[in-house]
Amino acid sequence: MKFIRPRNVGLLTLATTALYSASAFAQAPAAAPVADKGDTAWMMVSTVFVLLMIVPGLALFYGGLVRSKNMLSVLTQVLAVACISMILWVIYGYSLAFTGGSAYLGDFSKAFLSGVTKETVNDGGTIPEYVFFAFQMTFAAITPALAIGAFVERMKFSAVLLFSILWVTCVYYPLAHMVWQSDGYLFKLGALDFAGGTVVHINAGIAGLVGALVVGKRVGFGKEIMSPHSLTLTFTGASLLWIGWFGFNAGSALSANAVAALALVNTLLATAAAGLGWMLIEWMVKGKPSLLGTVSGVIAGLVAITPAAGLVGPIGGIVLGAVGGVVSFFFCTTVKNAFGYDDSTDVFGVHGVAGIIGSIGTGIFVSSSLGGVGVDNYDLMTQLWDQCVAVMVAIVWCGVISAIIFKLIDLTIGLRVPVDAEREGLDITDHGERAYNM
Amino acid sequence: MKIVMAVIKPFKLEEVRDALTAVGVHGLTVTEVKGYGRQKGHTEIYRGAEYAVSFLPKIKIEVAVADAQVDRTVEAITSAAKTGQIGDGKIFVTGLEHAVRIRTGEADDAAL
Repeated sequence: MKFIRPRNVGLLTLATTALYSASAFAQAPAAAPVADKGDTAWMMVSTVFVLLMIVPGLALFYGGLVRSKNMLSVLTQVLAVACISMILWVIYGYSLAFTGGSAYLGDFSKAFLSGVTKETVNDGGTIPEYVFFAFQMTFAAITPALAIGAFVERMKFSAVLLFSILWVTCVYYPLAHMVWQSDGYLFKLGALDFAGGTVVHINAGIAGLVGALVVGKRVGFGKEIMSPHSLTLTFTGASLLWIGWFGFNAGSALSANAVAALALVNTLLATAAAGLGWMLIEWMVKGKPSLLGTVSGVIAGLVAITPAAGLVGPIGGIVLGAVGGVVSFFFCTTVKNAFGYDDSTDVFGVHGVAGIIGSIGTGIFVSSSLGGVGVDNYDLMTQLWDQCVAVMVAIVWCGVISAIIFKLIDLTIGLRVPVDAEREGLDITDHGERAYNM
Repeated sequence: MKIVMAVIKPFKLEEVRDALTAVGVHGLTVTEVKGYGRQKGHTEIYRGAEYAVSFLPKIKIEVAVADAQVDRTVEAITSAAKTGQIGDGKIFVTGLEHAVRIRTGEADDAAL
């Protein structure tokens, strides 16, 4: 998204506009910004690609990891949460995230898409505002859907829906505003986040972890076998996530240009390095290279390269991906077991941890001496500090407010299903249907 | 008449069926089962979760035979299902009081 410091954005926009003007003769000098056809086409495709990440990508990825009695509950939760986020986005979400307001939150001036017409364009001025609105909508839709993976198989469906409404309102919109809106606190600070390392992944990872801690472990956790019911579906979902992620990362250039191309290359290479990283470390430590390990590495790599995608060089991307894969492996296998929390699909271990590594690593590998695109007046320590501030703000903002939201739900409508229902499986008790009738 | 019930390794099913056909046994019932025995189990690892899986997949075969055929049947299953490794399975023989072929109503030995 709008990641880079304003001066760099300015340069890119200038270049694009210059090219555009050259081809379109007789343009009035002071004409209002007009959307570029190539950029618009690419961004519409990117928008749909991010939707592909949610359904069916993420839904299948998580669904395969749970027991067969909860398959439909996971698919329904992911789908319903995404739908709610989309409707909220048009009502007030887009406005709260992407209007002036304060440094922490926008205002209601664009509620119900007020003032957005076929003629308005985005901030940079090359795509219709409708497309920018829709692209950002898919980001707002996937983030709460990512978070719920941590507490599947035991949270009430109504609690999941209420969580998603409160959480996007109180956590996501403010953070998106702080990071991506030009008046936002972290944007002005100079923290780099190309496609959503803080806003999407750290945010979802922390919310998931807090949710898992508040709702508690699944009945029988650590005593009963809870093996994934279909790693075939998990593989299918992870593969669709990888494909869709090109919309997420390369689309975050908001233009069909060389920055998008760099993000595309990084989204391939960093991901490959992370898949291999997890596979090899698992092979060494656990004795066997597993499919689940390799696809987990792939997702960790995608997360790690997200904040860096259009900012670091391909070799920097490979290093970031590999580190993200290996450290996530360590968190999902060792740290999680040491603390004993039940993050059911490792939302924190993969998205939170790789998100933090990617966000901080971006500050290092953006350096032009390490093959990155560079930022003006770059100083390693200053940039690292800015990145750490952004990470800490995301962790604290999301952690505190998420904890309040979960507690609030627990005290009102209740978070957990009854133990009997958990034993029976949420597909039957919450939804009255069964995934597999064979 | 006897029921010969055998629990065998799944991949041996076709060889056992061939061997039974060769000794004149023309019908059998097959069930996918799980069992626990000297073979113990194995470990499965899903990210950080390690599970000791005790119950292993096996195939259960049930054959109804005339008394005179019991020894040949047991011999056929034994030789076809044997690998020499722990986990080859077991054969149980029990009595059978009565049998009917549903289509014709034939009873006992004529029904087998």
